[in-house]
Amino acid sequence: MHYGGKIILGIVIFVGLLLSPFAYNAMTVKANYKQPELKLPANEKKCIESLEFMRTKHMQLLNEWRDWALRDGKRVYVNHEGKEFTISLQNTCMKCHNNKAEFCDKCHNDAGVSPYCWDCHIQPEGLK
Amino acid sequence: MNALYSLVFVFILVLIPLFAVGAGHMEFGFGVCIPYTAFALFLIGFVWKIIGWAKSPVPFRIPTTGGQQLSYDPELFKQNKLDNPSNGFQTVVRMILEIFAFRSLFRNTSASLHETKGGPVVAYASAKWLWLFAILFHYSFFIIALRHLRLFLEPIPFFVKGLDFMDGILQIGAPVMYQSDVLIVAGLLFLLLRRLVDAKIRYISLVTDYFPLFLILGVALSGIWMRYYAKVDVVAIKELTMGLVTFNPHVPAGIDVSFFVHVFLVSTLMVYFPLSKLMHMPGVFLSPTRNMPNDNRFHHHVNPWNPDIKPLSYEAYEKDFGPAMAEAGLPLDNPENAKAPEEA
Repeated sequence: MHYGGKIILGIVIFVGLLLSPFAYNAMTVKANYKQPELKLPANEKKCIESLEFMRTKHMQLLNEWRDWALRDGKRVYVNHEGKEFTISLQNTCMKCHNNKAEFCDKCHNDAGVSPYCWDCHIQPEGLK
Repeated sequence: MNALYSLVFVFILVLIPLFAVGAGHMEFGFGVCIPYTAFALFLIGFVWKIIGWAKSPVPFRIPTTGGQQLSYDPELFKQNKLDNPSNGFQTVVRMILEIFAFRSLFRNTSASLHETKGGPVVAYASAKWLWLFAILFHYSFFIIALRHLRLFLEPIPFFVKGLDFMDGILQIGAPVMYQSDVLIVAGLLFLLLRRLVDAKIRYISLVTDYFPLFLILGVALSGIWMRYYAKVDVVAIKELTMGLVTFNPHVPAGIDVSFFVHVFLVSTLMVYFPLSKLMHMPGVFLSPTRNMPNDNRFHHHVNPWNPDIKPLSYEAYEKDFGPAMAEAGLPLDNPENAKAPEEA
């Protein structure tokens, strides 16, 4: 094998990079990884939409809410059951989900998402 | 027809997980077994292929490179150090430019025929489109692959977060649009249309040219579908992917079938990769016209697999065959050699 040393070095680097996530997690993840548990509001059992809808489409809803409230002046949201809610992140969502660190951040940190909600909105109390 | 076969084949590849997971509920098989197997086959096949290349004979330095080589008079004939390197450093620079900037594609030209009053005229012009879209495609693919580390690492390292932020910096829509998603589709569509529109290229295009394009397009589109349209449960998917990289495989509930389509297409790509032209990824490092300096004029290169033959002078030859030569009547430089060597 001519130039074998260099080629094998290249292979080792490539395979090492591909396997590095296994090593990384072996060092950082202590117990088996589980998706984060959210601290749900104590006094309210039902969100404005179903659990499945909120889990996957809340960002779409919030985006639409912003457009409706700030660009169209529409402040009333009618959910799939026909119930009405005021379109407001701080007065409707955060009335129940009042702790960003215990709710929003839990999944967002794990998914590596940093929404720009708080560029404009005031963060929930107790958190800066 | 080649393009159509490839497209139909990718459709079938989409339908398999769609039915097996959607109707057959084989989540574990398609979420754990197939990705593990595909990843293992990818690694083994990749290394196997390169070892095979490494064992094959290395050609003599190939000096047919574009540009003036180091001449006897570097003042009169200025050396083109990037295109015709004469030492290791210049060769490394050439390789870096080739790998990171696709320099040989940048020099792509296209020939065209023009009718003039004096008869047809052939014209050659620089054609940068291939280079542009190839570089868009490759860098987008690379960024997308790195961005996926957010699903495979916990905690997410800073460079993955930074990459994610930069890629979505336009903040269009929610979840934010990634520029790399747009660019990879644009790049792939150009590379595909190039083969379909230009009759000359269509004529030389095979199934193995179209299939990777359609397959990677399928991977990209299924990913885009998951993120922007199906809006899959990313946190549940991270539990699955983290299970894979911590050897604790399990499939949490609530994962959309589009995820399994995406994973199956990626698994197909991983298995297909070492068997296909996609091996140009490691192959570019081993290009014999790119990775060797052109120093034939001032270095004596001995073919490394030549047998070790010692030089034999005429004096030594005459000593060995002296008696036989004398017997045949051949003239001898040294008459002493005619005598038979004394028996020891």
